[in-house]
Amino acid sequence: MDVAIVGLGLYPFGRSPALSGLEQGAAAARAAMADAGTDFKAMQFAFGGSQDGGNADSLVNLLGLTGLQFTNIWNGCATGGSSLSAAYSAIASGQYDTGLVVGFDKHPRGAFNPKPQEWGLDDWYGETGLMLTTQFFAMKIQRYMHDYGISNNTLVSTAEKAFRNGSITPTAWRQTALSREDIEHAPMVSEPLSKYMFCSPAEGGCALVICRADIAHKYSSKPIYLKTAVVRSRSYGSFEVFAPSQAPFVADSPTVTASRAAFELAGIGPEDVDVAQLQDTEVGAEIMHMAENGFCAHGDQEQWIAEGRTEITGSLPVNTDGGCLANGEPVGASGLRQVYEICHQLRGTADARQVPNSPKVGYTHVYGAPGISGVNILAV
Amino acid sequence: MIEQQPLQAGLFSWPAKAPELLGSRCDNCGEHAFPAQSSCRHCTGGETTVVGMGREGRLWTWTIQSFMPKDPYYTDETPETFVPYGVGYVELDCGLRVESRLRENTPDALTIGMEMEMEIIPVRQAENGTEWVTFQFKKKATR
Ligand SMILES: [Zn+2]
Repeated sequence: MDVAIVGLGLYPFGRSPALSGLEQGAAAARAAMADAGTDFKAMQFAFGGSQDGGNADSLVNLLGLTGLQFTNIWNGCATGGSSLSAAYSAIASGQYDTGLVVGFDKHPRGAFNPKPQEWGLDDWYGETGLMLTTQFFAMKIQRYMHDYGISNNTLVSTAEKAFRNGSITPTAWRQTALSREDIEHAPMVSEPLSKYMFCSPAEGGCALVICRADIAHKYSSKPIYLKTAVVRSRSYGSFEVFAPSQAPFVADSPTVTASRAAFELAGIGPEDVDVAQLQDTEVGAEIMHMAENGFCAHGDQEQWIAEGRTEITGSLPVNTDGGCLANGEPVGASGLRQVYEICHQLRGTADARQVPNSPKVGYTHVYGAPGISGVNILAV
Repeated sequence: MIEQQPLQAGLFSWPAKAPELLGSRCDNCGEHAFPAQSSCRHCTGGETTVVGMGREGRLWTWTIQSFMPKDPYYTDETPETFVPYGVGYVELDCGLRVESRLRENTPDALTIGMEMEMEIIPVRQAENGTEWVTFQFKKKATR
């Protein structure tokens, strides 16, 4: 059974002091169901996830006690990807006809501060100052720049694009474009990554209504088909966060394995993709993920970005809504926000950010600690 | 004289004149791990042996921690006395890349591939006066 996305809902990302995380999730869910011209009574199942916003299944208190099967998903930054993958299976298997996928979050201000014990580590690791995701991201791109000749200029251009795209995205958290000078002169966080090169924890909600493809026109005049939804975890040798030691070699990351599997299942290749969302927890991630997802060879990003190929008007627009950099990262909602944006691009309803020439195939990629990647391929 | 104790037992040989890192080597496939663990993440085997892994290596990648981390960071520093520190992976002779604080804390002083050696540094003082110590790497002295 083919699977279609027929309803899109988003509660704006950023800071919403007046609303709880659950309320932001409920707002997104109502928006998605309204977009599909339906309501919660029609939802046969739901998958939902949140890190700090509360239990997703508590949403029934706000949306209605209809008795549906509601499953909570928690998979770090890949929570949205895992929820969508589970919903895809529920429809594709023939178990259900129509359901809801929802993610939301409300994180405390500042960087996440993880506890060593939750990651199978002893206290010394955190106490001596090694338990920071920012260090991992910086060390990964530092080595990558050394191996493949990526320049600091390319890091700056990637941040510049994110905030420029954010400035034309009404639901983005950061809607002010930044100049190269603003980015270059910002305080250094973790060499070579400075302040505007990292995303921040935020708040927000996102939801999708999905159904059997053969009933999609009941809900939407332009259904978006979810060709495949793949999630993979790391294998030995993948360079990952919170690792006191790494293998003597670097193996393919979970992004590489998820991407390959997704393209194989969809029966298309990277060259067929018209618009993409790639996880950009920081600028280095977006750059490395271009190659890890098969869109270019390692090192080609230098030229691709200099030529503007990932801009909205380029040959492969990436993160047209400003990605995590401009939207912030409410962990539970972030992966679904990527799908929401791609669906608007494929519907032709992305307004000022619309990719020209009616894109037909879209791609989303999310990556999370400690080595999980989710890839979705979408088409009209 | 202040008594020094490792903040975490088993990370390096102690007491020792020239402490070296300790890890585990898989009895089945020979792959190393740090800290030592009783099973193998490479071949899934369940038998390992604790081995010394030396005190020298080459810098594989690095960054600089430029602000004082919040909890769970726990030293005697204050935001006023905090000194930025390097962080890197050092490739040991056995091939394993071990994450470590680095003494060098400016971009000019750090280059991928540079020769490094281990040293013992204080982390904080306990109430009874014991000084908790850990390992870090620094540029290898030319002799
Ligand atoms: Zn083994």
